[in-house]
Formats: sequence, structure tokens, C-alpha cells
Amino acid sequence: MATTYDHGMRVEVNADLCQGHNRCYALAPELFDVDDYGTAVVIGDGTVTPELEDKAKLAVANCPEYAITIVE
Amino acid sequence: MTSAYGPVSDWANDIDHAEPEYNERAHEIWDELREGGCPVAHTDRYGGMWAPLTHELVKEVAYDTDHFTSRGVVVNTGRPIAEAPVGPAPPITSDPPFHQHARRLLLPPFSPKAIDPWEPEVRRLCNQLLDEMGDIEPGDTIVDAAIQYAQHIPVNVISRMLGFPVEDDDYFRRCVHEFLELVNVPVEEREQSDLNLDAYLDRQIEEHRQDPRDDLTTYLLNAEIGGNKLSHEHVRGSMVLLLIAGIDTTWSAIGSSIWHLAQHPDDLRRLVDEPDLMLFALEEFLRAYAPVTMARLVAKDHDFHGCPMKEDEWVLLPFPAANRDPEFFDDADEFVIDREANRHAAFGLGIHRCLGSNLARLELKIAIEEFIKRFPKFELAGDTRWSVGQIRGPRELPIRVLDTA
Repeated sequence: MATTYDHGMRVEVNADLCQGHNRCYALAPELFDVDDYGTAVVIGDGTVTPELEDKAKLAVANCPEYAITIVE
Repeated sequence: MTSAYGPVSDWANDIDHAEPEYNERAHEIWDELREGGCPVAHTDRYGGMWAPLTHELVKEVAYDTDHFTSRGVVVNTGRPIAEAPVGPAPPITSDPPFHQHARRLLLPPFSPKAIDPWEPEVRRLCNQLLDEMGDIEPGDTIVDAAIQYAQHIPVNVISRMLGFPVEDDDYFRRCVHEFLELVNVPVEEREQSDLNLDAYLDRQIEEHRQDPRDDLTTYLLNAEIGGNKLSHEHVRGSMVLLLIAGIDTTWSAIGSSIWHLAQHPDDLRRLVDEPDLMLFALEEFLRAYAPVTMARLVAKDHDFHGCPMKEDEWVLLPFPAANRDPEFFDDADEFVIDREANRHAAFGLGIHRCLGSNLARLELKIAIEEFIKRFPKFELAGDTRWSVGQIRGPRELPIRVLDTA
């Protein structure tokens, strides 16, 4: 599948693991939103632009439930 | 009131989190036990209690809702009368499958987007408390950051959210003291406080029935699970949870953070000079000084990594100890103000993640910001008195102000 960016990095949230700590939303609001129940959702299709790569990695490294993954 | 037990001489085989020495020396005690090859401490006190001390084991208990029930979450000499899966204070005392229903209805009022609008109010409250400290003479004036500041912030917010008179804050703090600190006394001594609080909440429920308002009490009275209104006991139990859990937890976190800054002028200076650092500093305060240890009851006899756990024994869930486990965190014993990778468990792990975490974070952040904005330099000015029991934080915290904004 063609992507806008060569590296094609995306973030994903595993909704079964997410407990609503909201760390990703605090660290990378460009990539994550929260619903009315405080559960994280990715914005759009989760595509990570190069300038947001560091924030995506921060979100992964701060999720206490290991609910966020980066897929390349 | 008299303690049912006494001082501890062997933390591995007779741990007691409600003896004053525990919260005074918590970090050392966990390290000593872990380094001494004791990942799970035990005591015969409280009718039997276990205490896993590593991140891995704390996490395992938190995730295992089959072997461990949340029916009781505050270790004491008695056992809760209310049965699983609802427990006395849903959803914190509830087990699956009921738990998710009781929790889901309380998530929206505590979601980030519902909590964020409180920011200006919390800021105003913090500044009011700082104003009330009166004239400050740098280098001379001593304020008590726990008594004059931290203890007032969360209780004010949660009582307004619940629609209770803020003037009753002394009573609410007494409830918290009786509920969470006086745990190693004969159970009869706790019963009267429970009855008093139930009576207080019954009056609030009745007043809200007659005069519905835009607050959490009215919200709970209108809430439904599966098309049915909540029982009176459920409404009251959730109110107990919101009131008790919403007070000394964040009060403790605010106090511990100020306690740290008072002794680490470099961290204080960096936070004053680089306000954006708060994004990481806030989480490091929460990791290094997490205030809340939870508990479970053993649901059925269970061999837990060689520990013969018996049904109805307590299991402490010291998330603060998990947060300082060197197997899980680099430099676990160091406060790293700009720590970027920080999967701390201050708000718990698994399905019981602290419902009020977004509110707690907001209050903690603003309370630190406003304190250091007003007092960019300060130091400890005497002995800190720590709480006892599962919530750890300073109850007396004398601070000498060295500079004012």
C-alpha cells in the first residue's frame, strides 16, 4: 500500500489493553485522542510523520499497559 | 485508640505498613527486602497478609482477578461484609464482570475532557491558599506545605464535584484518617466511623433527591446499569470511594513533591527555569513518590510463586515499590527530573486504574506550578511527619521560604 511517507510508520492502540492512563494523549496529542471514557484512540489512520517520530516513541515508552505499538 | 500490634523487627516475616516506621523508611525497606532475596513479604497480622515488592509480581496480582478479589482494598483487622462482585464501594471494590459496568458509568465525568475545565479553579484555589499564608519574609518565614497547602486542594475539588459543603472538609479529612490510617485497631473501633460516614452520605443523598443539581451525587442517582437505577448502597458506596480516594492521595503526592524539591535545589531551579519540563517531571514525581498502595483479598487458596496464600488473607499491592524496582527501571532509586521513558504504575495497573488519575494529575501539576512560582527557593525547616498506612505522604511539612516571586 502506498503511503505518503517512505518509512510508513504508524501507531496502533490495543483497545483491550488500554486502561485509560492517558499518557499517550498527554505526550503526543498530535497522534492520539481520547474518547468520552478516557480510552485512547489514534488520530486518523495513525500515520506518524517524520517530525512526530520521537513523540510516537515516547508514547510507546510511557504506556504502563504496553497498549501502544509502532508498526512500520 | 490502641494499635492491635506493635513495632516491627522483621520486615520480611512480619511486615506492617501501618507501623509509622514503614512510611518513614519505605524506600529503604523495599530495597532491603528485595536485595535480601525477599520478593514477597508476609505477616500474620491482620489475619494474614502478603506483600509482593517487585514490579513483575505486583503487576501479576493486579492483573489476576480470578485469584485475587477487590472485595477489600484497605487492609485492616476485619473483613468486609459486602460480597463480591460488587463489594462495599463500587467500582474499586468490584470484580469482573460487574466491575466494568460500575466503572464505565463513572469514566465520563473523570475523562480528560471533563476534568481539564477545572484547571482555572484549581489554580485560583492554590493561589488563595498561598495568599492566606500572609506576609512572607524570605529566609525567615516557615510555612507548613502539608497543613497550609496540600491538604486543602483535593478535598475542596472533590467535595464540590460531589456537591457537598466545602466547609465540611475537616470532617472529610477525619474520615480519611479513620478509614485509611487507623487500620491496626480492633475492628469495632472502625465500625462507628463507617456508620457515621454512611449517615452523612444518606443525608446528602436525600437532599440531592429533593433538590437535584449538576454534580456527581445527582449523576449517580440518575445513573443506570442495564436499564436499572443503582441501589442506594451502590450510590453510597461509590460516594465513599470518590470522597475517600479523592482526598489524601493527591494531598500526599503534592506534599511528597514539595518535600523532594525542598531538598534538591537543582531540581527546583530547573523546574522554575524550564516550566515545560513539567511534562516529564510530573510523571517522575508520581513514579518516585507514588502515594497509593492498594490491596486485594485472596479469593481462593493459591500457591503464588511458592507462597501458600490462603483464602481471605490480604495481599498488599505496593505500586510505589513497583515504581522503585531496579529490575524494571534504570536508576530506580534516583529522581531523574527529565526521565523520558517512564512506565510508572502510580495509578495502578489493569482494570482498576485509578478512576481519578486525570484529576489527580491536574491537581498535582497545578499545585507544584503555583507553589514554585510563588516560592522559587525553599528548604526543609524541621521534621516531616509521614502518614501511616496505604497512602504515603507528608502530614506535617515545615518549609522555610528562601525567595518569593
